[in-house]
Amino acid sequence: MRIGCPLCGVRDRREFYYAGHAGALDRPDPAASAKIWDDYLHNRDNPAGLTEDLWHHESGCGAWLVVRRNTVSHAVLSARLAKGDQL
Amino acid sequence: MRFSALKILTEGLTGNRGWGAHWRDPEPAEEYDIVIIGGGGHGLSTAYYLAKAHGLKKIAVLEKGYIGGGNIGRNTTIVRANYFLPGNSEFYSHSLKLWEGLETDLNYNVMHSQRGVIGLFHSDGQRDEAIRRGNSIRNQGDDAELLSVDQLRKMLPYLDYDQGRFPIYGGLLQRRGGTARHDAVAWGYARGADQRGVDLIQNCEVTGIDIKAGIVQGVQTSRGAIRAKKVGIVVAGRSSQVAAMAGMRLPIESHLLQAFVTEGLKPCIDHVISFGMGHFYISQSDKGGLVFGGDLDMYASYAARGNLPMVEHVAEAGMTLMPMIGKARMLRSWGGIMDMTPDGSPIIDKTHIEGLYLNAGWCYGGFKAVPASGNCFAHLMATGSPHAAAQGFRLDRFRTGRGLMDEEGTGAQHNLH
Amino acid sequence: MRVSGKGLINRETVLNFKFNGQLFQGFAGDTLASALLANDQRLVARSFKYHRPRGIMTAGSEEPNALVTIYRSGSQEPNTRATVQPLYEGLVAQPQNAWPSLKFDALGVNDLLSPFLAAGFYYKTFMWPRAFWERVYEPFIRHAAGLGALAAAYDHDLYEKAYAHCDVLIIGAGPSGLMAALAAARAGLDVILADENDRVGGRLLSEVEEVGSVAGHIWAEGIGAELVGLANVKVMTNSTVTGAYDQGTYGALERVGHHLHAAPKGLPLETFWRITAKRTILCAGALERQIAFKDNDRPGIMTASGMRSYLNRYGVSPGQKIAIFGNNSDAHRTARDFSNAGVDVVAMIDSRSGVLAQGDYPVYAGTHVVGTSGRLGLRSITIRQDGELNTIKCDALGVSGGWNPSVHLTCHMNGRPVWDAGLASFLPQEDAIPGMSVAGAAAGTMSTAGALAQGYEMAQSAAKDLGKRPRAFDLPSAEDAPYEIEPFWDVGGKGRAWLDFQNDVTTKDVKQAAQENFRSVEHMKRYTTQGMATDQGKNSNVTALAVLADATGRGIPETGTTTFRPPYVPVAMAALGAGGHGKGFAPERLLTSDAATRALNAPMIETGLWYRPSYFPQAGETHWRQSCDREVTMVRNTVGVCDVSTLGKIDIQGPDAVTFLDLLYTNSFASLKLRRVRYGLMLREDGHVMDDGTCARLGESHYLMTTTTAAAGQVMRHMDFVHQALRPDLDVSFTSVTEHWAQFAVAGPQARTLLNGILDSKISDKNMPYMGCAAVQLGAVSGRLFRISFSGEHAYELAVPASYGDSLFRLLCDHAYALGGGPYGMEALNVLRLEKGFITHAEIHGRTTAFDIGMARMISDKKDCIGKTMAARPGLIGVERDQLVGLRPVVELEKIIPGAHLFELDAVPIRENDQGYVTSMCYSPTVESVIAQAFLRDGRNRIGEIVKMVEHLSGSTTLCLVCTTVFFDPEGGRLRG
Repeated sequence: MRIGCPLCGVRDRREFYYAGHAGALDRPDPAASAKIWDDYLHNRDNPAGLTEDLWHHESGCGAWLVVRRNTVSHAVLSARLAKGDQL
Repeated sequence: MRFSALKILTEGLTGNRGWGAHWRDPEPAEEYDIVIIGGGGHGLSTAYYLAKAHGLKKIAVLEKGYIGGGNIGRNTTIVRANYFLPGNSEFYSHSLKLWEGLETDLNYNVMHSQRGVIGLFHSDGQRDEAIRRGNSIRNQGDDAELLSVDQLRKMLPYLDYDQGRFPIYGGLLQRRGGTARHDAVAWGYARGADQRGVDLIQNCEVTGIDIKAGIVQGVQTSRGAIRAKKVGIVVAGRSSQVAAMAGMRLPIESHLLQAFVTEGLKPCIDHVISFGMGHFYISQSDKGGLVFGGDLDMYASYAARGNLPMVEHVAEAGMTLMPMIGKARMLRSWGGIMDMTPDGSPIIDKTHIEGLYLNAGWCYGGFKAVPASGNCFAHLMATGSPHAAAQGFRLDRFRTGRGLMDEEGTGAQHNLH
Repeated sequence: MRVSGKGLINRETVLNFKFNGQLFQGFAGDTLASALLANDQRLVARSFKYHRPRGIMTAGSEEPNALVTIYRSGSQEPNTRATVQPLYEGLVAQPQNAWPSLKFDALGVNDLLSPFLAAGFYYKTFMWPRAFWERVYEPFIRHAAGLGALAAAYDHDLYEKAYAHCDVLIIGAGPSGLMAALAAARAGLDVILADENDRVGGRLLSEVEEVGSVAGHIWAEGIGAELVGLANVKVMTNSTVTGAYDQGTYGALERVGHHLHAAPKGLPLETFWRITAKRTILCAGALERQIAFKDNDRPGIMTASGMRSYLNRYGVSPGQKIAIFGNNSDAHRTARDFSNAGVDVVAMIDSRSGVLAQGDYPVYAGTHVVGTSGRLGLRSITIRQDGELNTIKCDALGVSGGWNPSVHLTCHMNGRPVWDAGLASFLPQEDAIPGMSVAGAAAGTMSTAGALAQGYEMAQSAAKDLGKRPRAFDLPSAEDAPYEIEPFWDVGGKGRAWLDFQNDVTTKDVKQAAQENFRSVEHMKRYTTQGMATDQGKNSNVTALAVLADATGRGIPETGTTTFRPPYVPVAMAALGAGGHGKGFAPERLLTSDAATRALNAPMIETGLWYRPSYFPQAGETHWRQSCDREVTMVRNTVGVCDVSTLGKIDIQGPDAVTFLDLLYTNSFASLKLRRVRYGLMLREDGHVMDDGTCARLGESHYLMTTTTAAAGQVMRHMDFVHQALRPDLDVSFTSVTEHWAQFAVAGPQARTLLNGILDSKISDKNMPYMGCAAVQLGAVSGRLFRISFSGEHAYELAVPASYGDSLFRLLCDHAYALGGGPYGMEALNVLRLEKGFITHAEIHGRTTAFDIGMARMISDKKDCIGKTMAARPGLIGVERDQLVGLRPVVELEKIIPGAHLFELDAVPIRENDQGYVTSMCYSPTVESVIAQAFLRDGRNRIGEIVKMVEHLSGSTTLCLVCTTVFFDPEGGRLRG
């Protein structure tokens, strides 16, 4: 599997650390309900098909990426900096 | 038809013409008392125990493909009861006991082979953890022994004790651990369930779950609607999709685990060996192939096929641990879909919908659980209360934090197992 | 036998070899298989289940029968296909799976018992008595099964890995592959052309046909030479592409040294390649299949095309009297070529009616082979024509049931081949592999002219895709005869007709599977083991599923196929795992003090990837405990030096650094003063402890965080996540400086004295109080000093740039010696921390909470931090949790064993009564007692209680007193003093 890092170009999967669904970017308010936190940390749509998930270019530039990807075909459609979603 | 050596003899003498179907292919009825979604190992064993242990009739197993086509047909066949956290410990202990009577119970040779499972350790700290685990196992009443390096050298002379990257400090042996012929487990349960009147319906995909006023009514399928008083979801690899039909979001991410087999070889590995430092485990099938595996590919996937980094990593681990396998050739690789829960332990529970039950999240440990999973899930569905051995597998443990079972200690959140 | 005037072998070079203990001769250019056939060795192996005599069946890597063990000096290689093993002088090969001999195999008795060993028989028996499975049945089955044997000892053959990138990967160098490579190369693409054979040409090497008015193999040689001469082309012969993976990644196995008796030093036996390509053209050709008829498995019966390969490529005829049985036009080429070469072709049997001879040999149209004779080698065949049976004497039979395009790689990403009724074969599913196109026989294009044109076309289109301008050129003239076939799978009738030759699966087995309702093709495969042998069904799957389709009354497309999965050919573990053997499996991280430490004879132990000294033995010490006790006492009384560089070090700078730290740590850093250090606790978002460490404020907005050795990488990644994904608005930068700094603990009452002997400016309690830090100078070297302690002693950690680590360690040791101190290792470090009640990852093992380790108050209620919300879940706090306590034995010096579980005094030691477990233990020379840490249910409320430690594995029971975790200097006076 190969992923196009927006900073480094297309790199082999071995350079990346995987961290699951990009929903992790939407950290709830500390005061949010237990249900919201439970949903955030545990419950997942877990789609069979298109998804967006988080990859850390750990052995590269260190950027956290949001990768648009297909979980059935393994097609990688795009990757952007996680940072961009938050700014 | 009862299987026996005599039957083989008489059939052999008459041209093997008398063997009947292992199971029927019935048309689905309009209504069942219990519908099990999923004809994998867990679904089939659930149906079997519902019929056998609880005497229930009118049960159907709905399978979208062919029975036994999921993870039960694509695992590394290891059977053990060496978990150490409460909740897991009693469950896998229960499962191993069921394994030990399975052939007699099913009248089917699943080739359960108690050849011993050895987990190696490579530091003082890992030895301490092995002792903790071994004592949990013994506290549960199962067997565990600590092996010294000298004992290991005698039992496993082919390991690299002197040059390996992570020196071997010893091992934890469970003699009652071993392997079984995975397909035979599915077929044995299927045949047993069929003989007790369970309708096994293949090529029948569930497309919806009918719910009225919070109570399950039945399912929609590719072969029409089927009414049911109770419905059990037992669909490893598709748990999230089927649960979504009932409006549920599960604490599951589906991952990919590859497994491998070499060409046939004369007997050389007599145990199941697990090399934690390298995420590598191996045994030899009765046909002679070395069956081995490693860690998850580590990305969400439903592809049931993997990539080279893990293939090579697993082979590298094998080479540092037991370099004699260098000349064995990898014959085939395949992948399964692992429904990973945050803490790496499964779920057997009711749902918030009356009559709808969930059996899911077996991560990469589902094979050994097949007997107890079906047994306990059947108990839950038949009686409405959890089986004593499966009380820990609650769906709400993540919300409350009570009874988390994080065997690896990597964290009770996704993607750490 | 050899046939004069035929073959691409070099008859000048005679090679001696040994098979089955017997000496033979072959020629350069032979495979082991061709040389054995040249020597009339028809019996070469035994089948897996019935131990039936087996001969060579094919001329390629798909060979199911002729598996042998190759012996080289110091190594043995089982299951080698004789058909791909190049012959070399002195080759030694042995048959497998036959005892006592190949000719008389005792387990051949299985064949007589075959009525009782039908498909799935073992699921129905061997169940009584239960204990006999492991003791009797299974050992017998295991010993009867298996093919070749591994050597018990590791051989030192070299294997390698390599990586390559290209624009276009062309798989297969037959006519379509060569033409594709040429067109792609001329269009200016970077090309890799990989082929399994030792020379390019593919099927052209085995045929009598012309391309561009020269012999096909000559044309191929010319194109090959041209390609090799181009800078943008890499021609990889002896290289099989084994798997197709995501985003244009392919695995390939190059057999580098298999043609040599002993590889020259440095030359690997095999190299496993990972090739990344933007486009791929699959030109893998096709494989011929068998027809099922009674006793179709005898030595001497082979594929018709394999037979032709032996004649045309190796100058060998597998027999004196040749018969051919086919259902298609291609089979006739074999008859024609043998006849033209002067070999006696006794029959060309075609299941189709109305076909004519292409040469001087008898043709039997509309005829079937219905039986054969010859136990160890074919003697005759029986044919049925118009209901009449006839026996024909022959010693070799070529069979062609048609060609199966090599769709295997197109299935590796779950592509499903598509049935083509005209070809009676499966074709690749379109776009099964992103970026891959298919040309030639692999795409069902069966003529040479068609293959050349399609290879050309696919390359042109790849060039266009990749933005290059294709260069047009004329294609050479080539054979363009149509391929005509009438599907025919199974002659039927009584007796056993083989499908899977290695696994002994017959048509009866498939029919029985259907009868037992194993009707799905996957069920049939798993029940009968059809297609699960070393050829993975390459020779037999399509025929088997045609038989299944017939048995279940379905068509072939509805019956479907099983899936081909990687690797295409089996790959040695040593090749896939090249580099992993020995220490190569993981990097080795060495301290800057490593050499000095080893010079002091310190045994090194692995700590993650690091090597750290266990202890520093002195003369007269015979047991590690003596050294450890001495080192502990030394630190307590004088001064000790310990390399602590393995701790993670993260340099953090920026105006928002403190806000960032407050989000990471449970406790607040807003109040941390300049030049001060604070202990910090970090949680995962799930509320469990991730790590602990210290954080020093070096400047106004400059911090240095330390992590534990084990969690250094995890913490850095976590910080990247928290910053980039959660708080990119924070103006903060950080980087790991773990390897930039060498850091040494200097601990003990004499620590300051020691340091004042080497630092340019003297330190005192005033300028360097407990938990203080400062920049220091050691001559020209700028360092950092932290007054922190993991031993409970007056202690410092001194850091210098890593290049000075070695000399600083030696200097510190020298100064320590002068004060009666010296270096100490991990054992002493552990005792020191346990005496003082400090924790390590033995305690924060991933499942513990701040509450469990008595640090709940460290979660500040004035601010948010990662993990704070989830740490407040009811299940993560409360009396039902195991809490950290200290333990000591009630009876002095009794054992406490880490990992042992705890029980109430009178409780039976079973799970239901489990109260906790021991995490760490040591003998403390300071308090002269065994001391330990443990997690105990509601432990903090049980100080003073006596509990029972039970360790089942060694059979130990010890009564332990529950105490606080701090065994030494609870007031902390020594830290500050």
